[in-house]
Amino acid sequence: MHIAVCMKQVVDLEHIRIRPETREPVLEGLPVKFGGFDKNALEAAVRIKEADQTTKVTVVAAGSAKLKDTVKEALAMGADEAVLLIDAAFEGADSGGSARLLATAIQKLGDVDLVLLGEGSADEYSGEVPARLGELLGVPQVTCVRELEILQGGGIRVTQDLEDELEVVEVDLPAVVGVTSELNEPRLPSLTAILKAAKKPVQQWTAGDLGVTADMVGAGAAKVQTLSNRAPEQARKGLVYEDPEEGIVEVVKALRHEGVLKT
Amino acid sequence: MSSTLVYSEREAVRLELLAGAREIARARQLSVAVALLGPGSAERAEVYFAHGAEQVFVAEDSMLGEQQTDACAQALAQIATQAEADLVLIGSTRRGRALAPRLAQKMEAGSVTEALGLAVHEGRLLVRRYSLGGNTVREVAITSPKAVIAVVPGTFEVAQADAKVDGAVVRVPMALTASRARVVEHKKKQVGAANIEQAERVVCIGRGVEKREDLQIIEALVKALEGELAGTRPLAYEFGWIPEDRMIGISGKAVRPQLYVAVGLSGQIQHAASIRGSKVILVINKDKSAPIFAMADYGIVGDLYEVVPRLTQALQRGP
Ligand SMILES: Cc1cc2nc3c(=O)[nH]c(=O)nc-3n(C[C@H](O)[C@H](O)[C@H](O)COP(=O)(O)OP(=O)(O)OC[C@H]3O[C@@H](n4cnc5c(N)ncnc54)[C@H](O)[C@@H]3O)c2cc1C
Repeated sequence: MHIAVCMKQVVDLEHIRIRPETREPVLEGLPVKFGGFDKNALEAAVRIKEADQTTKVTVVAAGSAKLKDTVKEALAMGADEAVLLIDAAFEGADSGGSARLLATAIQKLGDVDLVLLGEGSADEYSGEVPARLGELLGVPQVTCVRELEILQGGGIRVTQDLEDELEVVEVDLPAVVGVTSELNEPRLPSLTAILKAAKKPVQQWTAGDLGVTADMVGAGAAKVQTLSNRAPEQARKGLVYEDPEEGIVEVVKALRHEGVLKT
Repeated sequence: MSSTLVYSEREAVRLELLAGAREIARARQLSVAVALLGPGSAERAEVYFAHGAEQVFVAEDSMLGEQQTDACAQALAQIATQAEADLVLIGSTRRGRALAPRLAQKMEAGSVTEALGLAVHEGRLLVRRYSLGGNTVREVAITSPKAVIAVVPGTFEVAQADAKVDGAVVRVPMALTASRARVVEHKKKQVGAANIEQAERVVCIGRGVEKREDLQIIEALVKALEGELAGTRPLAYEFGWIPEDRMIGISGKAVRPQLYVAVGLSGQIQHAASIRGSKVILVINKDKSAPIFAMADYGIVGDLYEVVPRLTQALQRGP
């Protein structure tokens, strides 16, 4: 079986600063890493491979040149190889463009049976790429997957985590599966795994390699245009007591004064 | 003439979206239609006319009995064509969030999921949603002729059922390709009747609570405040100590109480984004540098096992 794991490089969300004057985020110079749920997807693929050595795991990721560094962790976690989609023509893509780019790369790989990815990316959490990818590849898609099992006769059985029920679904391959963080605990690669990863094949595909243009997958194809992206106004009092004794007395007084307690 | 089409797998959400669609349609002078999928779904059509739908499109194909995303997307694309819909509103439930982009891909439409609000400005559809893990709110414009927007449930209020629309039920014959995904089992979750979104006071706990038994200490505080208990994602999903409908965060619920009390939780952005609507935020955490303190109106640095029981007592004592 050939599993493609699509991974998205995101800035470290915990370290975003907000410019007070404009309330815009400062993204320059922030470290980047793969999103949390993407690592659950990779971990699932690696476990399938560990149970069946004929399985091959390829990471497919689109993004900036920093990917060449970011991807090392994924290879150390157990992916066999990686395909990086890096080209100025891919910039400014909306989720439709990103999905088309990934679909084109997966089709170029040719023999992919299962596409695994996070059900939402850590930064936007829109869940659009798995859904659009399913449609573009003409295969079923299941998302919010918290259990995944390979069936004897081919196919997979997955448990979808919905708001009020768990839905168990059997799916013929090929298929696209979006996973949640409950699926597994992604491993921390060992030192040997990190050293071995340096020798694993990493390919880089450009727009030319894929036969696409910016008008198909980049800014020219975007149907959603960002007008602004700002932190909401938050004016909080910030009265923090380091002495709990005093804190409790003052806080109870303040809450009464604010009129937020049951009267 | 183009129209706005509304769909969700849940009736309550369909009615909310219908109210929202009518507002938007008024600005654009367009009609509003509802789509119902699955065998027997036409029976409910009257409800939507009473809520102001001009048309109800029904697809009763047996392949739509289970709500497989690929089958539903096919059906909705066919309905959207017949309704001449250029805007489709879908409830951003977990199913809806998967369905909307797939439908958009079929319709060659721009899409946004988890929309917090929409507006029409100078003929353009503007949509707001969280971005960067909840650090920011992004406002986008849809630049394609068609749009599919998945709207967070609770965004619009259901309107009164006082419309006297003499609408038509349109049965749409379907040409569906069978899904290659088969539902083999439904396991109902234990879902309580909690409505933390509407609660006046919410006490939210995180990993700082060490054992399930310790919930007693928290429940005493909840009782003293006459509030509701909530938790972070690990407590609901990993530990299963609180039901999932009490989980706050971008993958759970958003709250806007008068008072929100954070107990032993760090305030990672995926959680913190969903408490911004709170009037007053009180934080109890033993780590002075926990990010949640940046959002505090009031904060107490201390061990929750000491602070919470004493705070509870102080509240019980009354003024
Ligand atoms: C895509 C995505 C979506 C997510 N969605 C959500 C979501 O919707 N909701 C959500 O909650 N999370 C969500 N998360 C997870 C989120 O990033 C955090 O991991 C989670 O919120 C952390 O939970 P916590 O604060 O309970 O635990 P921790 O981060 O471990 O914090 C525990 C806190 O308790 C304090 N503490 C420990 N002991 C004590 C004590 N005795 N007294 C006082 N304080 C104590 C510690 O100082 C610490 O600050 C999501 C993550 C991703 C990647």
